[in-house]
Amino acid sequence: MNTTKSNAKGQTDIATARLSEQQCHENFSDLHQPFNSYGALVEADRCYYCYDAPCQTACPTGINVPSFIRMISQHNAHGAAGKILQENIMGGTCARACPVETLCEQACVRNHEEDGPVRIGLLQRYATDKASQDQVEFFTRAETTGYCVAVVGAGPAGLACAHRLAVLGHDVLVYEAQAKAGGLNEYGLAAYKMVDDFAQREVDMILAIGGIDIKYGVRIGTDLSLADLQVKHDAVFIGSGLGQSRSLGLADEAAQGVENAVDYIHDLRQAEQLSDLPVGRRVVVIGGGMTAIDIAAQSKLLGAQKVTIVYRRGQEHMNASDHEQAFALQHGIRIVFWAQPEKLLVQGKILTGIEFASTQGDNFTLQADVVFKAIGQMLVPLDSGLTLQGNRIQVDAQQRSSIAGVWAGGDCIAGGDDLAVSAVQDGKVAAQSIHQSLTANQSPSTQPNQSRQP
Amino acid sequence: MIDLKSNFIGIVTPNPFWLASAPPTDKAYNINRAFEAGWGGVMWKTLGEAGPPVVNVSGPRYGAWHGKDRSLMGFNNIELITDRSLDINLEEIRQVKKDWPDRGVVVSLMVPCEEQAWKDILMQVEDTGADGIELNFGCPHGMSERGMGAAVGQVPEYVEMVAAWCKQYSQMPVIVKLTPNITDIRTSARAAVRGGADAVSMINTINSVMGVDIDTMRMSPSIGEQGAHGGYCGPAVKPIAMHMVSEVARDAECGGIPISAIGGISTWRDTAEFMALGATNVQVCTAVMTHGFSIVEDMIDGLSRCLADKNMTCLEDLIGAAVPSVTDWSQLNLNYVVKAEIDQDLCIKCGRCYIVCEDTSHQAISTLINGARGFEVIDKECVGCNLCVNVCPVENCISLRELKAGEIDERTGMPVSSEYRNWTQHPNNPMNAGG
Repeated sequence: MNTTKSNAKGQTDIATARLSEQQCHENFSDLHQPFNSYGALVEADRCYYCYDAPCQTACPTGINVPSFIRMISQHNAHGAAGKILQENIMGGTCARACPVETLCEQACVRNHEEDGPVRIGLLQRYATDKASQDQVEFFTRAETTGYCVAVVGAGPAGLACAHRLAVLGHDVLVYEAQAKAGGLNEYGLAAYKMVDDFAQREVDMILAIGGIDIKYGVRIGTDLSLADLQVKHDAVFIGSGLGQSRSLGLADEAAQGVENAVDYIHDLRQAEQLSDLPVGRRVVVIGGGMTAIDIAAQSKLLGAQKVTIVYRRGQEHMNASDHEQAFALQHGIRIVFWAQPEKLLVQGKILTGIEFASTQGDNFTLQADVVFKAIGQMLVPLDSGLTLQGNRIQVDAQQRSSIAGVWAGGDCIAGGDDLAVSAVQDGKVAAQSIHQSLTANQSPSTQPNQSRQP
Repeated sequence: MIDLKSNFIGIVTPNPFWLASAPPTDKAYNINRAFEAGWGGVMWKTLGEAGPPVVNVSGPRYGAWHGKDRSLMGFNNIELITDRSLDINLEEIRQVKKDWPDRGVVVSLMVPCEEQAWKDILMQVEDTGADGIELNFGCPHGMSERGMGAAVGQVPEYVEMVAAWCKQYSQMPVIVKLTPNITDIRTSARAAVRGGADAVSMINTINSVMGVDIDTMRMSPSIGEQGAHGGYCGPAVKPIAMHMVSEVARDAECGGIPISAIGGISTWRDTAEFMALGATNVQVCTAVMTHGFSIVEDMIDGLSRCLADKNMTCLEDLIGAAVPSVTDWSQLNLNYVVKAEIDQDLCIKCGRCYIVCEDTSHQAISTLINGARGFEVIDKECVGCNLCVNVCPVENCISLRELKAGEIDERTGMPVSSEYRNWTQHPNNPMNAGG
C-alpha cells in the first residue's frame, strides 16, 4: 500500500493501490449478469402482454415494453431494439442504469405474484446489446432541411435531442464542455453499471445517423453566450446539466479529504488504472440519493475499509431506492439516518473526522479520511435572462424556455427527476417541438438562418 | 394406497399403465428396463411379415414442437415398424413374457392385407405366449404408402375383415388400433366391433408437418433435401384423443367395447381423465421419450391417491365415470346461465381479460374501479363465454357464477328458468316451426 497523504499524527489515511488492479477490475465488473438468448426467451415468456401496460406508463420515455418483450420471445431481438430505440435512443444506458425498481419493474403486474417482476431492464439490455453487436441500423435521415440547431451539452438530453433533430433532417452542432460526449453516462454513472466503455459505444451509435457535429471543450456562459448561439443557429436546446456541487456550508470545506462525490466519480470513470485512485481508509458520505450510494459502493470496491453514509432524514425519505440501499448494505456499507453534519474536524488543513447533530439521539463524531459531499448539484448560472424556477430553467410541456427559440431539458430544468431516462424524453420532446417550430411556417423570415458561420 | 390392479380384456396387470407400440418397446432391453421401472404392460413395437426387415431413414426420425421454455408440447415421427428381424423379435417376446409373467405383453402387428399373411404371423406370435395382439391400422406414414397401417384403418371394410381373420386364426385377444386421420372415428370402431375385436386402442398419430426451416426453405425435419409428413403425438393431441375416446365410449353401436387410450398421456391426471371418459387402461409413449421410464412411479402414486380422494376402491369405479357428461350440442341446456366474476383480491390488473373481451368478444369488462385501474365484469353484456377465464394468468381469479333460477339475467332482462330446455325444444329452432 502506498500511503500518499497522512496528517502529522498519522491518523488520516488516503492511499492508492489499496487493492491490486486485478482485484479492482474484478470488483468493477458488470453489476448484472446479462441474459443469454435462452435466458431472455424464458424471461420474455413471463410477460403477460398487459393491456395499457403499467410498465409502459411508468417509463418516462414511454417505451412499449410488452411489444418489445413479445418480439424477443419471437426471436426478433432486432425488432425489439428498434421498438426501444425509437422511443429512447439511450435505451442501452437506461437498461443498465435506470432505477427500474422504481419505474417499469415496480409497475409490473407480476409484483402481485410471488416470483417478482419481469426483468424488463435486463431484457431491454439483451435486445439493444444484440442489435448493437450485430450492427443493425434503425434510423435514416430525412432530406436535409438546411436548418441548424445548437445543442448545449452532449449528455442524454442533448444527444437525444440532437439525434431526433438529425433524423428529421436538421443539422446539429453540439457544444460540449468536456473532452468526451455522453454527459453523466460517461462521467457520472457508477463504473460497474457502464462497463466496456459502453457510454462511448452508444455515443458512436447515436452519431452514426450523421448531421451531428460536436465541438468539445466549449462552455456556454464562458466561451460563448446564449445570445451568440441564437445568432448563429435557427434554434437552441440547452441540456447542460448541473455543473456545480452543493456545499455543506461548513467551515474548512476546502480541507484536504473533503470532496465532491461527482468529481471523484468523474475521475474514477476516466481512470486508466483504478488502483491509481487515492482511496480513504475511512470514508463518510453525506447524502441520500443515488450518487451517495454510488460513491459509497465504489469507495468500498476500491478498498476503503469503513464506509458510512449519513443522511439527514429517514430511510423512507431517501431518494435512493430500497433496492439501492440494500445494494449498499450488501457491500458492507453502514447507513445512518437523521443526522446532519455540524463540523468538519481538521488538523493542519487535513480532514480527520466529522461531527454530526442527530435529530433522533445523541450527537456523534465519525473519524474520516475522506468525506464525500453527495447532497446534490446546482445549475451553473448562465446569466442569460432565462426565467428560472427553484434555481433551474423553467420550461413548458414542450420544453420551451422563457426565451423564444430556446428549449431546455434534462437535469438543468425545473421539475425533473434527475434521471437519464427523463433527460432523453426531454430531448426527444424538445426536438419534436423545435422541428414543428422550424417547419410550421415556411415563410422567408423563418427560413434557415443565413447568417450563421459555416 | 388403493390397488391399481387392472384387467383389460382378461389381461391382468399390476396397474393400467402400458407403453404404446413405439420406439420404447422395440426390443427386450428397453422393455426389461420399463418393467423394472414398474410399467404394467407393453405393446411390443409393430412386427411385420417374415423376410428382409424394413429400412428406416438414417436422418432425423423425430420432430418436436416446443413451448418457450423448451417444454415438449408436440412430437412427431417418421419411424417405420420394427427394422429388426421377425425371428429375433419373437424370441425376445417369448423370453420377456417368461421373465415377467405378471406384466402384459401384447404384440403389435402389421402385415399386408392378405389372409395368408395374417394367418402366418398369428401362429408365430401365439407361440411366444404373448397376451394378445394389437392390429396397427393407424400408422400414418411410410407403411400407409404400402397399403398398410392407416391405409387399412381408413377403410372400415378392411378393418372388419382383418379383425375377423385374427379372431378366426388365433385364440389371442384382438385389439384394433384406430387412426385419427379419418372423418368419424366411430365408423372404424364399429367396423372393429363387427369384426369381433375384443378392444380398440386410440388414437394413433396424426398426419403432421412440424415446421419449415425458413433459412433453407425446407420442411423440417427433413432427410437432406426433402422431408415427409410424420405422425403427431404428445401433450398437444390429448384433447383430440379424448374426444375420440369419449365418442366411442358413448356410441351404442360400439356396444361398450373396451378402450385402451393413447394420446398425449403424461401424468396420473391425464390417465384419470381418459379413464373417466371410458378407457380401461392407457398407453404412453411421448412422455417416456421425454423423461424416461421412471415417470410411471409418480403416475402410479398420483392415480392411487386420486382414487382414494374420490372414495373409489378400484379402477372400475373410475372407468367411464364421466361418460354420461358428454353429449351432443343439441342436448345442452340453453336455460343455464353463468356470469364471469373477477376476484379483486387475486386480480393483478394485467388487463388481459379486458382486451380480449373488448377486441374479440362481448365488450363485457370495464377498466376502471372508482377511477383507478381495475377490471370488472359488466353483467349486462357478459354471455359467460369463459374467454376471460381462459386468458387470465392467475388461477381461480376469474370464475363463472351460475345464476340461480329466478335470478334476473341482466343481459336479457329475463329471470333465469329452472326448466331444462335444449335446442330441439327451443322456439327459435326452425325445425320446431308450427310444431
